Amino acid sequence: MHRVTIDASGMHYTPLNRRIREAVASGAETIEIMNVMGQRFIADGVRGDVTIIIHGVPGGDLGMFMSGPSCIVFGNCDHAPGNTMDSGRIIIHGSAGDAVAHSMRGGQVFVRDSIGYRGGIHMKQYRDKCPILVIGGEFRSFLGEYMAGGLILALRDNRRYPVRERGIGSGIHGGRIIMRGDLLNERCLGVGACQKPLSEEGYRMIVPLIEEFSSHFDADPDTLATDPYIEITPTSSRPFASKYTWE
Amino acid sequence: MSIGSVPVRFGISVDHSQCMLCGRCIENCPYDVFRIENDRIHVNSRKCVACHRCIAMCPRDAIHIRERPVDYRSHPLWTPEARESIYNQARTGKIILAGMGNAKPYPIIFDQLVLDACQVTNPSIDPLREPMELRTYIGKKPRKVEYVREGSDVSLTTELSPNLQIETPIMVGHMSYGAISLNAQKSIAMAVTEMGTYMGTGEGGLHPSLYPYQDHMIVQVASGRFGVDINYLERGAAIEIKIGQGAKPGIGGHLPGEKVCEDVSCTRMIPIGSDAISPAPHHDIYSIEDLKQLVRSLKEATEWKKPVFVKIAAVHNSAAIAAGIARSAADAVVIDGFRGGTGAAPRVFRDHVGIPIEAAVASVDAKLRSQGIRNEVSIIASGGIRESADVAKVIALGADAVYIGTAALVAMGCRVCGTCYRGLCPWGIATQRPDLVARLDPAVASRNVANLIHAWTLELSELMGAAGINSIESLRGNRDRLRGYLLDEATMRVLDVKPVGA
Repeated sequence: MHRVTIDASGMHYTPLNRRIREAVASGAETIEIMNVMGQRFIADGVRGDVTIIIHGVPGGDLGMFMSGPSCIVFGNCDHAPGNTMDSGRIIIHGSAGDAVAHSMRGGQVFVRDSIGYRGGIHMKQYRDKCPILVIGGEFRSFLGEYMAGGLILALRDNRRYPVRERGIGSGIHGGRIIMRGDLLNERCLGVGACQKPLSEEGYRMIVPLIEEFSSHFDADPDTLATDPYIEITPTSSRPFASKYTWE
Repeated sequence: MSIGSVPVRFGISVDHSQCMLCGRCIENCPYDVFRIENDRIHVNSRKCVACHRCIAMCPRDAIHIRERPVDYRSHPLWTPEARESIYNQARTGKIILAGMGNAKPYPIIFDQLVLDACQVTNPSIDPLREPMELRTYIGKKPRKVEYVREGSDVSLTTELSPNLQIETPIMVGHMSYGAISLNAQKSIAMAVTEMGTYMGTGEGGLHPSLYPYQDHMIVQVASGRFGVDINYLERGAAIEIKIGQGAKPGIGGHLPGEKVCEDVSCTRMIPIGSDAISPAPHHDIYSIEDLKQLVRSLKEATEWKKPVFVKIAAVHNSAAIAAGIARSAADAVVIDGFRGGTGAAPRVFRDHVGIPIEAAVASVDAKLRSQGIRNEVSIIASGGIRESADVAKVIALGADAVYIGTAALVAMGCRVCGTCYRGLCPWGIATQRPDLVARLDPAVASRNVANLIHAWTLELSELMGAAGINSIESLRGNRDRLRGYLLDEATMRVLDVKPVGA
């Protein structure tokens, strides 16, 4: 198994990415990057079947436009990991900032802990591509805003408080947001979003995701899968259709 | 009480002494204005949008269209448009959507600027005899060039940024597949390839049938990120981040689901029939620092091989915004004036938000020069460029090159009826209906667009030659070659031009 280790201390993101690309081109199956401290754009636009293990805290836009690789982060992430990602996987052993999985069109992002504002904003799906964002902990306002496709699964590990974030699914016109817990206070829902208890079909769909989440982060899949869940979906696939009249 | 019908906008009459009942008007009108009954063409004027397809196709010139044959009582304030907007909104309670560019009769600065020519003291140049340098490079220029000399050889040590080489300072701006048809995009692509210039894809992805022309295409990344993946970014000759559009500054775009057919769905990578919603902001750009991050993420993804442009709408603070863009690692700033076209925009935005391109370009150029960073970015001007004189004037005000949009569509037959939003364009341009799209033959339409660019390029060299200028670089920002004719003093100060006679 071809493995490459890169020490990122003091390294700018451009040479770091160059090293990653060189390693991928040389056939590396695993790239381990040590001492990552805020370097942005790691694996930006990188293609290939490779596992990139990141020790430290990557900067913004981890895996942006990425097509294929898996990134495993031992640490927290800054904003927008998985931004406009095409395919591949990001597994974060920690929390992440705002706009996680922004405009993601394929692949999967697993976050062990919590994420910031606007998670999964404008995620979209097409044919065989259905992006998935799984959040172990909490999220802030505007989760799934403008969502056009894909799936957000919020496991809300702690659930000490009811959800108080606003604008959830604001402008959603495709895809679904599934979260553990009871129905939300209606004030939390954004314009164009509606909620209902998760259907049998929904449970069947999340079970493999819960199992995968548990395998990454050592959680207990059985307790996760038996709790009540709700589902937030669009009231219409044309949320703005009735806003306009023609000249 | 009901508002009732408003007067017809266009009155159609058929000269039956000329009409030979060939039925071409019926076949060609997608709005169903014409029908045949008892061996006579009958019309429903209310459906007419003045696209002129029937006029163009009638072999006997038997059709006549009059604008507002029954008008309201005239009033300088309460124009027919003002009244009709009120009737519309009183009925619907909705935002009015409209097509094409700004339809208010604001004064046109271009038409109050005149160009210079040589007489006696310095000779004009005959472009037939002398070489005229119109080639332009779009992108960052180094502040200074460092080199090493080895014997008689000189080699450059300064690392140059990638630039686009254009043979004429006229490019075709971003009109997406979805807003316009594939045949329209293909026609433009063939034309720009032939002319050695570039076109924008718009935010609609890149259809595979355009791959042969990808070296002449600037791919767009807008807030909806439709059709954007690493293959798309790598195919383009350059990448453009769309922040704003002159026709609708500050708001996003909605491609209605009914226009998302199978092929559009495939290039945008969204399901058939779903609305394609581009939010107002990019949700990963909430500040000028974030913009820098998006620019760099695109460069990083394409290994710093592609120039990245940033397009903004011309608004009050364009100059300061452009200075921020120039510091973001972007290679060009595109400024889209308030006359820029669109398939659909809220009327209130199209007509009232933004500033003219002439003032925006002049102030951006002045600001960048005053900060010593004009070399950091090229300036591309767009929005209301109608002829070669506008190109010359806007370059003299500080632009490096222009994007044309509506002019290229007009070259393909568009009559500027402004009904693009109906998706029934009888010229096969702003439509996805296969029978209408088939009316536009890329072999012919590309010739028309190439001819237009060629003709403007010839005129531009003539204008430059007359002014004693043999290189476009000597025209750029050369305000001494402009004079303001009946322009107010404050505007002339912004444009940095003198009045006629001075």
